[in-house]
Amino acid sequence: MTIRGFGVTGPALAVLLWGATSAGAHAFLDRADPRVGSTVRTPPAQVRLWFTESLEPAFSSAQVVNEAGERVDRGNGQVDPANLALLSVALQPLPPGTYKVIWRVLSVDSHVTEGDFTFRVAP
Amino acid sequence: MKPKLLVAGCLCVMTLTAGATTASAHGLAGKRFFPATLAVDDPFVSDELSLPLFSHIKEPASGEEPATVRTEITGEFSKRITPNLGLSLGGTLLHLNPDEGSSPTGWDNMDVALRYQFFKSDVHETIMSLVLGWEVGGTGQKKVRADSFDTVNPAILFGKGFGDLPDAVWVLKPFAVTGSFGARIPTRQVNRKFTVDPDTGEVGIEKERNPNVFEWGVVFEYSLPYLQSFVKDVGLPKPFSQMILVTELSYNNPLDRGKGGKTTGTVNPGVIWAGKYFQIGLEAIVPVNERTGKNVGVRGVLHFFLDDLFPKSLGRPIFGN
Repeated sequence: MTIRGFGVTGPALAVLLWGATSAGAHAFLDRADPRVGSTVRTPPAQVRLWFTESLEPAFSSAQVVNEAGERVDRGNGQVDPANLALLSVALQPLPPGTYKVIWRVLSVDSHVTEGDFTFRVAP
Repeated sequence: MKPKLLVAGCLCVMTLTAGATTASAHGLAGKRFFPATLAVDDPFVSDELSLPLFSHIKEPASGEEPATVRTEITGEFSKRITPNLGLSLGGTLLHLNPDEGSSPTGWDNMDVALRYQFFKSDVHETIMSLVLGWEVGGTGQKKVRADSFDTVNPAILFGKGFGDLPDAVWVLKPFAVTGSFGARIPTRQVNRKFTVDPDTGEVGIEKERNPNVFEWGVVFEYSLPYLQSFVKDVGLPKPFSQMILVTELSYNNPLDRGKGGKTTGTVNPGVIWAGKYFQIGLEAIVPVNERTGKNVGVRGVLHFFLDDLFPKSLGRPIFGN
C-alpha cells in the first residue's frame, strides 16, 4: 500500500473503532458446568452457562431434557444479577443417562443466539 | 464525473445511509457461525467490512505479459438493505512488479454485488443465496491493466454445517462446507488494439479475446469454537478455541473464445480467528498448475463485524427486521 493509502485507511479504522466503544456483540457460549460433552459421576444440581456477553434476563432461557425429551430442570432458569453473562438452571435429581441442555439468549445489543449440547451422568 | 462513477457513488451513499429497526446475526444458521472466507465468496448477507484484504503472489508469463508479482490491497463494504438482501462495494489497489519493465501501482475496477439469501435452515445449518456481481469497467486504471468493459458475475452460493450428524460421529460435527458456483461474463468479446509496424508502417490490429468463465470455489471448514461450545469441551485455551481451520479451493474454467479448458486455480489452506468485533484470516495461496503459477503466495484479511460494532445504526438492515 502506498503512504497515501495508509493515510486513508488508518483514520478510517480509527473512526470505526472509536465509534464502537459502546457496542455489544453476539453472545456465544464460553463454557459450561457440567462441561460440554462431558461424563459426570455425580448428578449435578444445576447447569451453569457462561457466555461471552452480558444477557437480557427477560429474553434468555435454558432448559434440560432427558433422552425421551422430557424436561428435567426445575423451570427456574435465570441470569445471575451479579454476573449478567451467567445463566443457570436448577435440576431435578438425575438418574444415569444422557441429557441435553438447550439455550437461547439475547445479548444486551439485541442479537439472539441459540445452541445445545449434551452431558452424561454415568451409572 | 463519469456516469458509471456516479452510479457507483450513489450505491455507496445508499449503503452508508443506514437507519433502521432491529438487529440480526452475521453468518449464522442455527448454532453454526460461518466466518467470512478469503478466497471464495460468502453465502450470507451481512453488515461487514473487510479492510484490508491483502494478497501477494507471483503470476506466470502470459502472452506478451512477463511474469509478474501481483500485490493487492482490497477493501469491501457489505450492507444489508433488508435482512435477506444486501449490497457490497469493493475497491482494490494493485501493485504490479513484472520481471521486465516498470512497476505500476493503481486502482483496479470497482466491484458491486447484490446478494439475496433465499434459504436458511437453522436445524440443518444451511444457507443458500444468489449473487449478481458487476465489475464496473473503466473505473480502474489502465496502467494496472484494469478492463475498460463491464463484467457481470452471477453466482449461486451455499453453506452447510454438519452439526446435524449423529452423535456417534461427533468429531465430524464441527465440519462445514461453503461454496460458490457462477460465471464471469464479459460484456466485450474482443479487445482490439491498433499497432504500427515500425519497419513498414503498416497498421495492424491485435485482438485479445475475453472468454466467458465458469468460476467456482469450495471451502472446507473445521470450527474449533463449534467443537468447544456444542460438541465436546476438549479444554482448548484461547486463542485456539476461537480458530476455524479452512481450506479454500478456487477455480476458473474459461469456456470459449479460444481459451476453453485452460483452467487456473488455487488451493488456499489457512486459519481464521474470530473475535467479538472482528476476525483475522491468513492463508497460503498454492497454484494448482503451472498455468496458474509456480510460486506460493499469501493472503490475509482483517474483517470487521459491523452488526456487532454498530448494533443500533450501521449494523442493521436499512428496511425491515
